[in-house]
Amino acid sequence: MSVIIRTDALRFAYPAAEGVTPVVLDGVSLDIEEGSFVAVLGHNGCGKSTLAKHMNAILLPSGGTVWVDGIDTGDEDRLLDIRRTVGMVFQNPDNQIVANVVEEDVAFAPENLGVPPAEIRQRVDDALKAVGMYAYREHAPHLLSGGQKQRVAIAGVIAMRPRCIVLDEPTAMLDPIGRKDVLRTIKTLNRERKVTVVLITHHMDEAAQADRLIVMAKGSVVADGAPKAVFSRVEELRQVGLTVPQTVALLWELRQEGYDVPLDALSDEECAQALYQLLQAV
Amino acid sequence: MALKDITLGQYFPGNSPVHRLDPRTKLICVVLYIVALFLASWFVTYAIMLAVLGISIAVSKVPLKSILRGLKPVLFIVVFTALLNLFYTPGNTVLIHFWIFTVTLEGVYRAFFMVVRIMMLISGTFLLTYTTSPILLTDGLESLMNPLKKIRVPVHELAMMMSIALRFIPTLIEETDKIMSAQRARGADFESGNLIQRAKALLPLLVPLFISAFRRADELATAMECRCYHGGEGRTRLRQLKYKTADYLTLLLFLAITVGVGVLGHFGL
Repeated sequence: MSVIIRTDALRFAYPAAEGVTPVVLDGVSLDIEEGSFVAVLGHNGCGKSTLAKHMNAILLPSGGTVWVDGIDTGDEDRLLDIRRTVGMVFQNPDNQIVANVVEEDVAFAPENLGVPPAEIRQRVDDALKAVGMYAYREHAPHLLSGGQKQRVAIAGVIAMRPRCIVLDEPTAMLDPIGRKDVLRTIKTLNRERKVTVVLITHHMDEAAQADRLIVMAKGSVVADGAPKAVFSRVEELRQVGLTVPQTVALLWELRQEGYDVPLDALSDEECAQALYQLLQAV
Repeated sequence: MALKDITLGQYFPGNSPVHRLDPRTKLICVVLYIVALFLASWFVTYAIMLAVLGISIAVSKVPLKSILRGLKPVLFIVVFTALLNLFYTPGNTVLIHFWIFTVTLEGVYRAFFMVVRIMMLISGTFLLTYTTSPILLTDGLESLMNPLKKIRVPVHELAMMMSIALRFIPTLIEETDKIMSAQRARGADFESGNLIQRAKALLPLLVPLFISAFRRADELATAMECRCYHGGEGRTRLRQLKYKTADYLTLLLFLAITVGVGVLGHFGL
């Protein structure tokens, strides 16, 4: 598989204030493979949002390099190529919607790219169908719910036909139903349209659904691997202030009591199965 | 106070022939209509203009009541203009004279025409905003002002600012509502006291509102950049504006009316 985003010894620090240079990212080297679903998990202030902003040249590294599809993000002449390859969705849907009709907003990115009107129409319809908001195409965004607005924002990025989407805590401001809808949309995009997804989150259950989980703390990567393997490292995660999914926590407690149970159960069913096997053995 | 009920631009969705006209046609027609109004000089020309307005309103199917309601806020200006014209028009036929006031026949006519002119002016422009959605209006303005780009007027930027402003009005109103509720819950009083006290009470409302508006603007700018926004250069549009036969006919009709009224007005009709 080809690599769509590569960071090499990425370092980022805000301009020094009063002599101290706050280092936000400290030597992050990652390869994001095309077509994968990667979750980046971490506490507030661990640098995960800053990392996201490096993935489409919103921020440029203070040290190290970021390549998007082989293009150095420092290359200003290719800025549009970088941004149409990696789309970005932010936390607050209200602050990403530009137009006052849903379909006009989705059309914003293709309009910027100079796509001919007939093709814009096609892309807009296609993007709205992909996020399940086609029926609302003529609505005013401010009359939609948070989850619906966020799906419109995602459609607005998809209409660019990016190969990768970076979502920076897209569910943080949504209610549980909105969260579920948005997450389902993201997963469908990844599975059916083979769009690479980088999901920045602090929700364990969202992170657990990814193919690969990267845990960040204090500006560096502390764990990287399949969610099951990463969440099994309970002590390490707790050390950096993160909790583990409840299923893992339960099995871990049992393990501390001396029972022989596997730790890698992320879904309720898997956990129940593990408990069932334990009870049968007793 | 229900802030959410405020509608700006006062657009009446509909599908009348007036609604279906190209926004640029309507904008040009309104300009022609205003010019004609100022060329009108006596009963005949004013009657023609009134007929034009009346027919336009009838075709647009906008209720007359809404148009009249729109006139209410300007009532003061209308009365004020009428009084000024009534008392300060010099003339030969003096009707009433007391103390420093003199009312002449010319003054009565002039005041009458002035009132009719202002009211027709406002009704006509209201008809434009009543029958054209704000987006189409912005699109139309951008398209009409396009030639100004040659003399470096930032036409695209202005239109973009206008449409973003329109987009954020409901969002900011909702936010104001929220802040007001939060302040009220902590004992703020927005409804009593004299004008100065009320203005002072608004200060704790405006500060958080402005701070959040700036934060929103910053985030919106980043989101727009992420979607490859780089100014108006090389931009295409989803919705293309197109003149149809009805547009050409309407434009011709309004041009003819304006010229006609101008000629008749010149002869004092």
